[in-house]
Order: sequence, then structure tokens, then C-alpha cells
Amino acid sequence: MSLIQIKDLWQIYNDRVVLENLNLSIVEKSFVSIVGPSGCGKTTLLRMLMSEVFCTRGSILFDGTNLPKEPTRERGVVFQRYSVFPHLSVLDNVLLPIELRSCRILGKILGSRRYNMKEEARTMLDHVGLLRAATLYPAQLSGGMQQRLALAQALIAKPRVLLLDEPFSALDPGTRADIHVLTNRLWEETKMTVVMVTHDISEAFRLGTRVIVLERPLADDPTKGARITHDIPVHPRTKTKTGAI
Amino acid sequence: MRLINLHPGKRGSKILAILPFVLLFAAYLAASAARHEANPDDKLLPTLSQMAIAMRRMAFTQDMATGQFLLWSDTAASITRLIEGLSISALISFVVGISVGMVPYLKKLLVPFVAAFSMVPPLAVLPILFIIAGIGEISKVTLIVIGTAPFMMRDLILRVEEIPAAQIIKAQTLGGSSWQIALRIVVPQMLPRLIDALRLSLGPAWLYLISAEAIAAQDGLGYRIFLVRRYFAMNIIIPYVIWITLLAFLFDIALRLIQSYAFPWFAGAKSQ
Ligand SMILES: Nc1ncnc2c1ncn2[C@@H]1O[C@H](COP(=O)(O)OP(=O)(O)OP(=O)(O)O)[C@@H](O)[C@H]1O
Ligand SMILES: [Mg+2]
Repeated sequence: MSLIQIKDLWQIYNDRVVLENLNLSIVEKSFVSIVGPSGCGKTTLLRMLMSEVFCTRGSILFDGTNLPKEPTRERGVVFQRYSVFPHLSVLDNVLLPIELRSCRILGKILGSRRYNMKEEARTMLDHVGLLRAATLYPAQLSGGMQQRLALAQALIAKPRVLLLDEPFSALDPGTRADIHVLTNRLWEETKMTVVMVTHDISEAFRLGTRVIVLERPLADDPTKGARITHDIPVHPRTKTKTGAI
Repeated sequence: MRLINLHPGKRGSKILAILPFVLLFAAYLAASAARHEANPDDKLLPTLSQMAIAMRRMAFTQDMATGQFLLWSDTAASITRLIEGLSISALISFVVGISVGMVPYLKKLLVPFVAAFSMVPPLAVLPILFIIAGIGEISKVTLIVIGTAPFMMRDLILRVEEIPAAQIIKAQTLGGSSWQIALRIVVPQMLPRLIDALRLSLGPAWLYLISAEAIAAQDGLGYRIFLVRRYFAMNIIIPYVIWITLLAFLFDIALRLIQSYAFPWFAGAKSQ
């Protein structure tokens, strides 16, 4: 069954059609990469999926019901930047989602309960290779480490779908290759549904189980919005091959 | 090399920093000496020893009327008012600033009001305060609050709005409620910024304090300066002004130290 179902979706900003009549369903446990030229509305689509902006027309169903009107825990995000909290240490950044869930009033846990949670957070940090940086603040991390932290933070909240907006585009090629391997591993372990927007075609194919291409038919015509021009399934065989690199 | 690329060394920097102070001091000494040469009874530019004698009297001799050591009782009175005023102001601004910055309904309700209120010249309100609250401590502290709170409030509202939208969205996707986001994301990031706002408010706070003391008080540094002005006692006024400046300077340093020790992440996050 599809987790996300987008039906007849339009997005129009001051007479400029950005997305035109989009239809898309995303099945659970798939990894959907969305590519397309700059300004075609990839981020807009993702922001609609996280309920930051709303569509002009059409509907989005999440697990069969209308998408909630505000961001929820079911839909985790990682942005290109500003994804982690600058005032919290690496460990506290990962601890935060657990604390928010466990203590509705303070959002902060003290005492012995905190100990178990810290263990959970440490395990997650170990997973993304940040255990040794646990006491540092985000400003002290490299870009790649910050994005790994952002992934860890989003994953520990156990969302049903993870929305990524060019999460790795600010990284240098070596770091990016490492984090691709990590992302692939995390996705295979958690079997989470992922929707990732990227500029990098090879990244889209390396990580995705399905690649969607968004494009405006006429770049200069404001009355013709972007639509899905290609919807390419990526075969698992080629995926494991490239994933192993 | 271009002027914009020339940097003084470590010692050079120190010398440069001290230089204006030394020059001002030397100019004063020269002018004072010249005037005393012409007229030994000159009161306008007292010599160092005249000021030292006056200050020794103010600091270490009991005042006959009140039985107090005036410099210290004045200092205590002024600093108490200043700290009371700034604390109340900071508290109100912090609570209002964060709530208004975060809640769209409150923003619509209060931003125009705060903007209009901040245009009221605080000193023009002083007579109203005296009539309502009398000439006691309350009106002086209130004047400092009225004079500094609107600025701090507007500053904090802007700082809250400066938090990247992505952070607030992210916090929501991690399951945070409005209250939790305020408590765990916004408040901790605003505390060091409140200290910045406080530092900027120190100058105005002293201004309003001294004005209020000059107009109606029985003690305080501002009161003393305006009292002895009647006798042309420059030998007291000048050291008092220097003392006030020094106090303001120490406050500023203290706030800066608190900021860097209590919020070690802040400097790094600001430069990113
Ligand atoms: N809030 C808004 N108001 C008006 N126009 C907007 C708004 N948000 C986005 N747009 C417009 O929508 C179009 C798509 O923007 P979007 O950010 O989704 O592009 P994108 O595909 O993510 O581009 P990039 O690859 O450069 O990130 C752009 O033309 C942009 O100007
Ligand atoms: Mg984008």
C-alpha cells in the first residue's frame, strides 16, 4: 500500500504555476529520489510533504488520511543546512527527540531515566560514527559530520518517512561518497521510506529505488508548471552493486 | 602594502589602545596646571591632589548629616536602582519578546503597540511617574524600565525571528510542542542574546538613572553630582564621572564574561 499519495496537486505562486497537476504515490519502504533543474519546484514539493507550505489545489494523503496541517513526528527532515541545533552538544542533539517524547512538560529528562536514554543516543551516534565527537557543539563539526548528526537526530525520532532536501550537496565528493554508504546502510537497516531531493543524478540513482524527474515543459512560460517527465525504477541488482562501492 | 592590510603587533595594539587615554590625561594635567598658574583658586580644572583630597573625604569620612560614607552609600543606592530596573526590564522583555516572536497571534496584537510605545520619550513620562508613584524608589526604577524595556523587547522579537525557519520545522518533526520548542530551542538560544541586549541597554539605563536622581533623590551618584554642582565642586564631579564610567565598564565586562562562560556554543554559532 502506498504511504504517500499525491493527487492532482497544483502549486501556484502569484500567477506563476510551479507544480502542475502532479500525481504520485510512494510505497512504503521505498527510496524515492527527485531530480530536476533548479527552480522547478522540488523543494516546494518537499515542503508540502512536511506541511510547511500548502498546495493551491489537489490533495496529499498520508497513510490513507489527509496530511496533517502542521509538521509531525511521522515525517522527519534533513535540510541542506541549519538542520541541527547550535546550542546543543552532539549528544544532546540526538538526545533531544527522546526527551521531547518522554517529557511533555519540560522536554528534558533528569536523573536515572536519562542514563538509559543516553545509552540509546550513544548507540545511534556510534552508528553514524560520531561517538567520539559527542561533547562537541555543531559549530565545531565539519559539514559532513553535521549532516551525519542531522541524520542521526532525524532517525532516532523513528519517523515513518524521511524527507531530505539536498542533504549532501554542500559536501565535498569524498565526504559525500562516505555518507552515501552510511545512508544506504541506515536505510537498509531501518527500512524507512525516504524521499530525497537532489541535483546530483548519480546520487539519485545510487541511493534511490526510484528516480522521479520533475521538469517544466517551457522554462519561461509561467502558465505551464513542472510535471513528472520520467519515473524510473532502479533495479535492486544495480543498486547493491553501486551501493557496495 | 595597503592601509587596510597593515596590522599592529601585539605590543603595538596595547600601546595604541592606551594612547588616547594617556593623551587625554596629559592634556588635562597641562590645562589644569596652566589655569592654576594663572589663578591658584581656580575651581574649573582641579589638580589631581585636590581631587584626591575631595574623594578621600567622600569615601573615608563619615558625613556629618547622615553618618554615612557618601561615595559608598551613593554607589550602593545607584547600583541597586540600576540592577533592579534592568532586571525587571530584562525579565519582562524576555518573556514578552519570546512569546511575541513565536506566536503569530501575539505578534499581530503587540508588535505595533510596542513600536508605538517605544517612541514615548521616557523622560517626558517622568513627571507622570512622580505624580502617580511619588518621588521614591519606584519611580526611578520604573523610569529605567520604561527607558530600556521597549528596545530590549523589539530586539528579542527580531532575534527570535532570526532563528532559521528550518530549525523550528525540524523541532516540530522531532515531536516538539509549542511549549517544548520554546523551552528547549528558543529560550536557550535567546539567553546569550538577552545579554547582548542588556549590554546595549546599559548606557540608556545609566542615563535614565542619573536623570531621575538629578531631579528627585536623597542619595545616588547622579544626585551627588547635581548637588555639588551648586558649589562648582569640580573636584568631586570629575572623579564621580570617572567612577560612574568605570562602573558601567565593569558591568559590561561582567556581562561579556557571563556570556562566554555560560554559553560556550554562542561564539561559534554566531560566526557560522
Ligand atoms: N514562497 C514563495 N513565494 C513565491 N514563489 C515561490 C515561493 N517558494 C518558491 N517559489 C518559487 O517556486 C519555484 C520553485 O522553487 P523551489 O525552491 O521549489 O525550486 P527547487 O526545485 O527546489 O530549486 P533548487 O534546485 O534551486 O533548490 C521558484 O520559481 C521559486 O521562485
Ligand atoms: Mg531546492
